[in-house]
Amino acid sequence: MITLEEIKNFLKEYDGPDINIMEVCGSHTDAISKNGIPSMLSERIHLLSGPGCPVCVTPSSYIDRLIALSMEEGMVIATFGDLIRVPGSSMSLSDAKGQGAKVVMVYSPMDILDMAKKDPDKTYVFAAVGFETTTPVYACLMDEIIKQDIKNIRLLTALKTMPRVIDHLMEEGAPIDGFLAPGHVSVVTGYGVFEPIAEKYKIPFGVSGFSGQELLVALYGIVKNAGCGVVKNYYPSVVTKEGNTKAKSLTDTYFEVSDASWRGMGMVGGSGMELKEEYKKYDMGSKGLYEDHKKNKACRCDQVLMGKIKPNDCPLFGKTCMPENPQGACMVSTEGSCFSYFANGRTM
Amino acid sequence: MNKTITMQHGSGGSATAELIHEVFESAFSNEILSQMEDAAAVDGAAKIAMTTDSFVVTPLFFPNGDIGRLSICGTVNDLLSRGAYPKYITCGFIVEEGASVDDLKKIARSMSETAAEAGVQIVAGDTKVIEGSGGVYINTTGVGFLTDDRDISAANARPGDAIIVTGNLGDHHAALLSCRMEVENDIQSDNAPLNDIVDHIRKFNIHTLRDVTRGGLATVLKELAEASRQKFIIEDALLPVDSGVRDFCGIMGLDPLYMGNEGKMAVILPEAEAKEALKSIKESRYGENAAIIGRVESPGSVEEEGGLYSRTNIGGLRSLSVLMGEGLPRIC
Repeated sequence: MITLEEIKNFLKEYDGPDINIMEVCGSHTDAISKNGIPSMLSERIHLLSGPGCPVCVTPSSYIDRLIALSMEEGMVIATFGDLIRVPGSSMSLSDAKGQGAKVVMVYSPMDILDMAKKDPDKTYVFAAVGFETTTPVYACLMDEIIKQDIKNIRLLTALKTMPRVIDHLMEEGAPIDGFLAPGHVSVVTGYGVFEPIAEKYKIPFGVSGFSGQELLVALYGIVKNAGCGVVKNYYPSVVTKEGNTKAKSLTDTYFEVSDASWRGMGMVGGSGMELKEEYKKYDMGSKGLYEDHKKNKACRCDQVLMGKIKPNDCPLFGKTCMPENPQGACMVSTEGSCFSYFANGRTM
Repeated sequence: MNKTITMQHGSGGSATAELIHEVFESAFSNEILSQMEDAAAVDGAAKIAMTTDSFVVTPLFFPNGDIGRLSICGTVNDLLSRGAYPKYITCGFIVEEGASVDDLKKIARSMSETAAEAGVQIVAGDTKVIEGSGGVYINTTGVGFLTDDRDISAANARPGDAIIVTGNLGDHHAALLSCRMEVENDIQSDNAPLNDIVDHIRKFNIHTLRDVTRGGLATVLKELAEASRQKFIIEDALLPVDSGVRDFCGIMGLDPLYMGNEGKMAVILPEAEAKEALKSIKESRYGENAAIIGRVESPGSVEEEGGLYSRTNIGGLRSLSVLMGEGLPRIC
């Protein structure tokens, strides 16, 4: 049995070939920064932040559509906090709010049920962004809307799925030798979904929890398994191979696989979810929101999201692009890689 | 009088007089205020500390506190942060039409009780009524006496100093967020006047005192490190955080280091005196969970000057900045 001290020593003293490990979950990026993990690794172990923060990968046309809706008479946009400050092609929802847009921030999609019932003359549009972790919650919302026969709620969806985009990154030649697999997503999907990709590219995946110890153990496992197409589950307390079948089945009731546009990365076939045909009447025009215009041409969020550069390699980082005035989406959320590097003084 | 505030209550006429009499005078009455002069004439000191703060919190009432108590605590604690003895407070109310008179009475009573606890007199006040939907906003200005030449300042932290925090982090912020989100839990606001803590440690050679409010401990310490041009190091394992607040933060994706308090101080003084000072704080009212959490070091490089670092629980080193963004809960 190896001890945590031995794992720490191994990671600090590692002198094998350089290894690039990508974390594809914004919560992991945040936890890595908060635990000071970069300071505990050998210079040969490089951490890269991937496209795992849902607001970071939402294309500008989606934000633009939300803003346009929020300005329409009788329309109210409900959203999670993070999304409010993400720039569209010219402004954010927060900017639009200053110009009279009707935007309410909620902590759970279920909050919208009461709001809509009390205000039947208005149409409430929920900005439904997220990965496999959040989609089942929108499915629960759909369940309630239908059960309670609420007529004035719609979804504007920009839902993404994880395994397909990881495959896409590897197809595009991202310089990645191992993945720290997302803990929350794996709870729902099961770690089995990563096995075909691990085998295809002969790279190790380590499913990790979010404590410092769990992250160190997973990183150790990934380095040790470099070159092997294996998926190791280091979060067995909540992650299984099959995942949460109930949540998956609820999701499948209302949503189906679609193509999706990722900010800075373009279209990735089969990497999204949208409402099924029979529930399209609850959709507020999510189809076709693929275009993606940078607010600032020099922004390099796309390369950050693909692990090609570190956030601090972007010419705007910490200069014109800061949390108070983000030029790209990765500087908005606490789970965005640029925000996490900036707020925690990370350089590696 | 009416049960809710109307624009008439701001007219300056009889309705205003009735509001002042029934709500404020009855709660605040003292020999200075009761003179009803345009300005209060009070005893002074050779050197005074003065501060002002505005309170716009919602909801007006939250677990273990309300906007009235908060408006006294905030200003009193700012005076204490300069080592002053808080003496006088003035309060300006901006009340939106539709506000409940009963709520105003409760707020005024709470201010009066908190002022008594903090040993300050409310010597002047003003009320304005504006259009709106029942909101209440309070500004308080405070005066404290400075009785010696000690210079307690943000810029005075020195290498070899210890950093003490006088209690659990994030209580107020977590209580308010829980209220707004209608999450049921036992988290209570820590809003409190900290006179007793400061009085207990006046005998020590305090370099810096700072009220830990918006932005949380990390923001406050980063500002102090920059003002003093030193390097601060804190230990995550030593930070006092209530288990309920820690769990709430974990679920919401918030960091207790960036959660606001309304009844905590950061105290910086020479390490040699730290243990005795900690003992004194722990014996004070509201100081039972105080802890020594870190130290001030001489910066080893230009980058480290004004730097705030935390040694994490697993032994990593993290560089901390002031609060960025709005501390919004995460979405996944």
